[in-house]
Amino acid sequence: MLFGMSWDLTNDWTFAWSIIPMLLIGMKITIIATIFGFLIAMTLGLVFALARSAPTRFISWPVGFVIEFVRDTPLLIQLFFIFYVLPSSTGITLPALEAGILALGVQYSAYCSEVYRAGLQAVPNGQWEAARALNLSTWQTYRDIVIPQAIPRIIPALGNYLVSIIKDTPILSAITVMEVLHVANIIGDRTYRYMVPITMVGILFLILTLISAGFVKFIEKRLPRAGIAVK
Amino acid sequence: MGVTFDQIIDALLQGAYVTIWITLASTVGGAILAFASGIGSLSHFAPARWLSKTYVQIFRGTSLLVQLFWLYYALPVLIGIHISPVAAGILGLSLNIGAYGAEVVRGALQSVDEGQLEAARALNFTPGQTLRRILLPQSIIEMMPPFGNLAIQNLKDSSLVSLISLSDLAFQADDLRNRAFESDTITILGLTLLFYFVMALVLMGAMRLLERYFEKVSGREVAR
Repeated sequence: MLFGMSWDLTNDWTFAWSIIPMLLIGMKITIIATIFGFLIAMTLGLVFALARSAPTRFISWPVGFVIEFVRDTPLLIQLFFIFYVLPSSTGITLPALEAGILALGVQYSAYCSEVYRAGLQAVPNGQWEAARALNLSTWQTYRDIVIPQAIPRIIPALGNYLVSIIKDTPILSAITVMEVLHVANIIGDRTYRYMVPITMVGILFLILTLISAGFVKFIEKRLPRAGIAVK
Repeated sequence: MGVTFDQIIDALLQGAYVTIWITLASTVGGAILAFASGIGSLSHFAPARWLSKTYVQIFRGTSLLVQLFWLYYALPVLIGIHISPVAAGILGLSLNIGAYGAEVVRGALQSVDEGQLEAARALNFTPGQTLRRILLPQSIIEMMPPFGNLAIQNLKDSSLVSLISLSDLAFQADDLRNRAFESDTITILGLTLLFYFVMALVLMGAMRLLERYFEKVSGREVAR
């Protein structure tokens, strides 16, 4: 029994069929973690990118170090850090799912910040010069010239990280988040049958990543090469 | 209850040793798989192409942790052989990173100018000779920067083997955290992060050296 549902152990096929609803409950948590983690990553990543290109070294260097540190250390340990250290050192206790979302967000914000930076840098300098010649303010230049041209470069890269986040969510099971792999493990622990649930989780992930990769490709194709106006 | 600072350092060093060993073994294993599958995906022999593409799709399309659990818990049931955590860990990491590497190899091989292939054919090179003497020397340097990123990714991913009870650095950290007073948690996990960071820096340096070596051998420069 799990979530008030029971499984049918007659054979592997009936077993597989009977645990689908339970796995889908886990899948819901997987998707929630992905979406909120990605939202944090995109927002925090933008903050990192802006801070890293700050005019003073007192900001840009430490931020650069933080980005590098986050990128080069494992998500699992960052997750432990947020889940176990935050309560003892600051008194803020995050529930497991929230801690997991925060960890995903922080790790991927480091990647996203590089995406933003590369996207903005790829806009040719001549565009900036032309904007200055036309007497546009810095803000206008960003809004009407630079960002619209950077978006078609940024979105595909962000999309790839979205797919990566989906694949990293099972790590949250290490702090007992009830995502799909954790659900499969519990089913395995209680029935002594691991093969079917874990294989099904693999298939579910394959479907999920194929759909999201297809979605990213679809968006990519829809993007006009020249750029998108932000207004 | 409680652990001393020396005990923390000792345990983390022990774990780091396992992490280094696992990372090296699976990076080498992954490189072999990457070349085999990357070359296979461009083969004229259809089953080789099909096999390579299926392999890449499966291992890039699912989570590493799911793959590790599958190898450790499900595969033994299927084939009736007990698989040790070390074997499952190295196999899982190799298969996973190999699938990412295969795409790098394929991309680099495909980027070699078409004329080079025609010239090789005109000179009556066999496909094996074309690969060894024309394609690989020209494309290996292009593979190095992405390989460097994958090596770092593999180091970070190796922490997941702790979840199939392999006593690597992450495992030792979690074990220490369970035994230590709560006030020591920040020291343990902070040091663990630092250990991983230092290992990543060393690995980056090593990949840079390897890059230099290939630059020298092939007489080409890494494009950055």
